Amino acid sequence: MPNALVSATGLVKRFGSFTAVDGIDVDVQPGEAFGFLGPNGAGKSSTMRMVACVSPRSGGDLRVLGMDPDVDGPAIRARIGVVPQADILDNELTVRQNLQVYGRYFGLSRAYVRAKATELLAFAQLTDRADDPVEPLSGGMKRRLTIARSLVNEPELLLLDEPTTGLDPQARHLLWDRLFRLKQDGVTLIITTHYMDEAEQLCDRLVVMDGGRIVAGGTPAELISRYATREVLELRFAPGAQPAAVPKVRALVDRIEELPDRILVYTADGEDTLTALHDADVRPQSSLVRRSTLEDVFLRLTGRTLVD
Amino acid sequence: MTDILDPETRIRTPRRATGRPVGSVHSAYLVLESMWTWYRGNWKATVFSSVGLPVLYLLAMGLGFGSQVRAGAVPGGVAYVVYLAPALFPAGAVQTAAGECTFPVLSGFAWSKRYIGVTASPITPSEIVFGELLWVTSRLIVSGVAFLLVALAVGAVSGRGILLSLVFGVCTGLAFGAPLIALAASVGGDGRAFNAVFRFVVVPMSLFAGTFFPITQLPAWVRPVAWITPMWHGTELARGAAFGTLSWGSALVHLGCLALMFTAGLLLARWRFRVRLTS
Repeated sequence: MPNALVSATGLVKRFGSFTAVDGIDVDVQPGEAFGFLGPNGAGKSSTMRMVACVSPRSGGDLRVLGMDPDVDGPAIRARIGVVPQADILDNELTVRQNLQVYGRYFGLSRAYVRAKATELLAFAQLTDRADDPVEPLSGGMKRRLTIARSLVNEPELLLLDEPTTGLDPQARHLLWDRLFRLKQDGVTLIITTHYMDEAEQLCDRLVVMDGGRIVAGGTPAELISRYATREVLELRFAPGAQPAAVPKVRALVDRIEELPDRILVYTADGEDTLTALHDADVRPQSSLVRRSTLEDVFLRLTGRTLVD
Repeated sequence: MTDILDPETRIRTPRRATGRPVGSVHSAYLVLESMWTWYRGNWKATVFSSVGLPVLYLLAMGLGFGSQVRAGAVPGGVAYVVYLAPALFPAGAVQTAAGECTFPVLSGFAWSKRYIGVTASPITPSEIVFGELLWVTSRLIVSGVAFLLVALAVGAVSGRGILLSLVFGVCTGLAFGAPLIALAASVGGDGRAFNAVFRFVVVPMSLFAGTFFPITQLPAWVRPVAWITPMWHGTELARGAAFGTLSWGSALVHLGCLALMFTAGLLLARWRFRVRLTS
């Protein structure tokens, strides 16, 4: 696709004999929010580093903004923003200085970064803390500052590696809100996450990665309809009772997943299935019917839960 | 997969980022500028290490201990403090380089991780190295000038040649600092390796590389050890310049040795930065 902001074909990253990314094909279109979903070690961060032009690829082809990272790294980096997994702010500078100093690296004038810093401080809701040192800020504030810093060059493409890991729910929602705004402004987002709610909230399209490969791709709704049933019935049993119940449940439905603490039953109608199970003398301690999520998709595709 | 996006919902005129790649020279300057932003708020902590130590040496060894030194073949008729002063430019420069090119550089990778942030910008690892060296150079110049003022105040200056001593001091600091930056870019975690450098390189070099007495006073078999130190070459240059005894030939040889150490350090540092920041 000629318009793709990021286009990877057979992309490979090796570290010695270990293959972190094992031949992936990805196209990210302008204006979309694209997600890499997968557990730790799936190759998401290695992929992001290659796209961010800070890690040369070991094989395959990669184009970012139509350019080759191996050749045009600085030119590409000038036009993208990167939010790394860990906040790497300069703790010995003030909040405002962090934005200004960083902006200068992008060839921006002092006057521009001064004005831009004020604007970004408002965006990140940090205006009150502008001239405070970074060190005492809360985790959520540091994250917002890191995102603000990545926007100093008005990037066309923003890469976010696990943007909300380690944040409390309120801070996460605040951050999601900011990311939605960016998307509305036309910024293309690439997000890695191992939270399916985050992927469902933020991503127009995503790929599921496992062991360095892409195992599935599509919109969240497509993935759920393709790889999971409409509903999931969760059954919890008294300690020790689960193994005895498994064969009875299996006899009644097409697909179940056994987790250490519960059984997931995949079904079009959870209440119906629950009634049928009662009739078959299956007596869970508690039961819950919910709609399917990307977590179920991931479980189906890899046989594992996302957050181990 | 076919393109199913409605053309109307596409961003018609994708906005263009405001960032642009900057040239290598400008990049190095920007790294220097960021150090300066930091320094403006933290300079007090660095005053003693960069100026205090050579001044203490000048006072204690030059004036104090020097008052007990009889004129011999060396210092050659001048007061000991005058003999000592020019050599304290390279000696002080080595101290400054040891401070600036070890823990602060390791921190850029391991603790503050500021290099990782810079690497995500258009600036390349190699340009960070140049920027750091530019920063060290400016620190060396400032420390050298401050020391010069103290030396003038205590009457330890014999003539204008001392200005060249200052320049040679800066060269010495860079010749020692560049390989240290390469080392700092290679060691892990806590920087324990630096203690070995301080103990087994900086301290012996400070004592035996010709600052306080000529290395001809050392046993013949030890002298070659002094020859491979940047401090000895710097001391020969600085003292020779101050007393007008430096020949063009030996100046070129000593400067050549310093340039060699600097270049080797620079190339190693660029390689180590590239490997550590972009793997």
